[in-house]
Amino acid sequence: MTWRETLRTGVESLRSHRLRSGLTVLGILIGIAAVILTVGLGQGASDTISSRINALGTNLLVVTPGSSTGTGGVRGGTGSASTLTMADAAALSSPVVAPDIAGVAPTIGRSLTLTTPSANWTTTVTGTTPQWLSVRARTIGTGRFLTAEDLAQDAAVTVLGSETAAELFRGDAVGQTVTVNGAQLTVVGVLASSGSSSGTTQDDLALLPITTAQQRALGGSSRNSVQTIYLQATSSQGLSAAYQEAQNELMVLHRATTTTGPDFSISSQESLLSTATSVTQTLTVLLAGIAAISLLVGGIGVMNIMLVSVTERVREIGLRKALGATPRIIRRQFMVEASMLGLIGGLAGVGLGLGLAALLSRTLGQPIVASPTATAAAIVIAVLVGIVSGVYPATRAARLAPIDALRSE
Amino acid sequence: MSTTDLAPAPGRPGTTPVITLDRVTKVYRSGALEVRAVDDVTLRLDDGEYVAITGPSGSGKSTMMHILGCLDVATAGVFRLAGQPVGDMTEEELAAVRNQRIGFVFQQFNLLPTLSAWRNVELPLVYAGLPRAQRRERAISALERVGLGDRVDHRPGELSGGQQQRVAVARALVGEPSLILADEPTGNLDTASTVDVLDLFDELHAAGRTVVVITHEADVAARAGRVIRMRDGRIVDDTGAGGTGTGDTGTGGTGAVVAGAVDAGTPDPGVGPPAGRTAFGGGPIGGPPAPPSAPTLPTWVEGPR
Repeated sequence: MTWRETLRTGVESLRSHRLRSGLTVLGILIGIAAVILTVGLGQGASDTISSRINALGTNLLVVTPGSSTGTGGVRGGTGSASTLTMADAAALSSPVVAPDIAGVAPTIGRSLTLTTPSANWTTTVTGTTPQWLSVRARTIGTGRFLTAEDLAQDAAVTVLGSETAAELFRGDAVGQTVTVNGAQLTVVGVLASSGSSSGTTQDDLALLPITTAQQRALGGSSRNSVQTIYLQATSSQGLSAAYQEAQNELMVLHRATTTTGPDFSISSQESLLSTATSVTQTLTVLLAGIAAISLLVGGIGVMNIMLVSVTERVREIGLRKALGATPRIIRRQFMVEASMLGLIGGLAGVGLGLGLAALLSRTLGQPIVASPTATAAAIVIAVLVGIVSGVYPATRAARLAPIDALRSE
Repeated sequence: MSTTDLAPAPGRPGTTPVITLDRVTKVYRSGALEVRAVDDVTLRLDDGEYVAITGPSGSGKSTMMHILGCLDVATAGVFRLAGQPVGDMTEEELAAVRNQRIGFVFQQFNLLPTLSAWRNVELPLVYAGLPRAQRRERAISALERVGLGDRVDHRPGELSGGQQQRVAVARALVGEPSLILADEPTGNLDTASTVDVLDLFDELHAAGRTVVVITHEADVAARAGRVIRMRDGRIVDDTGAGGTGTGDTGTGGTGAVVAGAVDAGTPDPGVGPPAGRTAFGGGPIGGPPAPPSAPTLPTWVEGPR
């Protein structure tokens, strides 16, 4: 008996029990769809995070306070501030000290509520310098960005993200006034939308001169401290040089030695990325594990149905054996039917999973990415589930004695 | 696989007995109860015979049919098909024997309801590995032979009982087997259909095939050239036993073994049996030229269960 005959017989047999085959397939289908969805969700989340990290700018280094030495290391308390300061930022701006650093943008920020006479909106309020725009690779939409003069005068001005502007004002925001933490700020510009599809964060913010933020809007104990310094390297080749320069300069400024270790850390986009993806990967594995359980249940369903099918078709099996079917052919027949259930379930599950992924990513605004590899793997897994579930029933069918089979009523 | 060895030697009718049973016993156990469904039966059926095996229910005739059809293995004794001891065969070999040497007709027809008539008929050819076009051709010609050339694409449910059984007969003969085994083939048929099916068996017999019909109906048995009556697992009457009793012992010496010696149990040797033509075929017994081994004493073969 050729494989083609076996396949033909399998299709006929599944078709003759449409409802039952359909219900069995459903188990596999749901499992596969769940796998596709969860893996896609994880992939989408990881893509979102990496696109956000990439959207920070290009060739970016991020300096944050705190020692990057382990908890067991001794931290140097040699008199310098344990946080970063404006002086650090100024030093790194020097082309002599750091020729490979093209731009420096110190920031401090907090989540605060902006109020207007007619609306209020809570967002991240960030104090920074004019260089922020180029370092973070953003462009101004309307009005102007912060200037050095604003900084020098602690000017009561702000630049809003396009989302923030839309939330607070109808029409043109430039020239309007918002109140932040008691300080009246004039909106001088609105950033162009980052164009990122990955959510709203990039366009929901308020920027003001870092001096204004320190003195008036954000307050805080140390009026000279900054939270984060963004550094932009001149080129991607200059990234590691920029890293070294920043590291060396800050070590000197903070009077850190190799034994005490630095009280700051510098991370690149790559290191941020790898941290973020490892988090999402853990999440994905967890979700996929849950999906795999539903797939297992689906597989048990296939086995159950194949066993029922063997019992029900005892006479047919007996007849086929009487007519010359070998045990091997009978086994193959049932294996093929089980794998067909798996395959159909896999294909339908992939279809459903992709459909739901498209639907959900539209409604939730959360991208769900179905990679071709994951999709192909899902189908292969579905067929494997069918095969594994088919082994036992098929073996039972193959072992049936033809006479017992023929005798049964 | 020794299936090719099993092919009957054409043109030498009667040289190889299709079937020999040598003290075959089949015991069924259900709990403490032991049923000897076939009890120490020795029998020889020759090529081209038309045999009816009859007896009341429980006489063991169905078990006989299962053993003859290689569907079941004897508990003890040797069952040979064309010289080959079936007890030694693997499942795969048995399947090949059933496929190529035996055509089955069942009381319940046993057609697959989802398949059309020709698809049912082609099944043995499917397992024989023939290409589809050839299968269809042969299936249709088999259906034409049983008078159902116009019902090729009908499903069993669309056919009458008699037509269904004729489809089953077509299925039995499509592989050109040397032995047609029918188990109560007319048990579910009305009189007219019974006559149809029995006429078909007559034709097959006339065409040189060995036909074995298991039946409890006297008029069905009457069609056969030889009637074997069973009771309680034993043969109590065999109208054609003469053929086996007479000649063989003299000729080949080695292989014929089975028949002559053991036939003592069956009483009436000669009612002028049509089986007579088998007796003096002469020549060696089919299969490999048997080494002059000692007469095969009853070999006890353990069944698989």
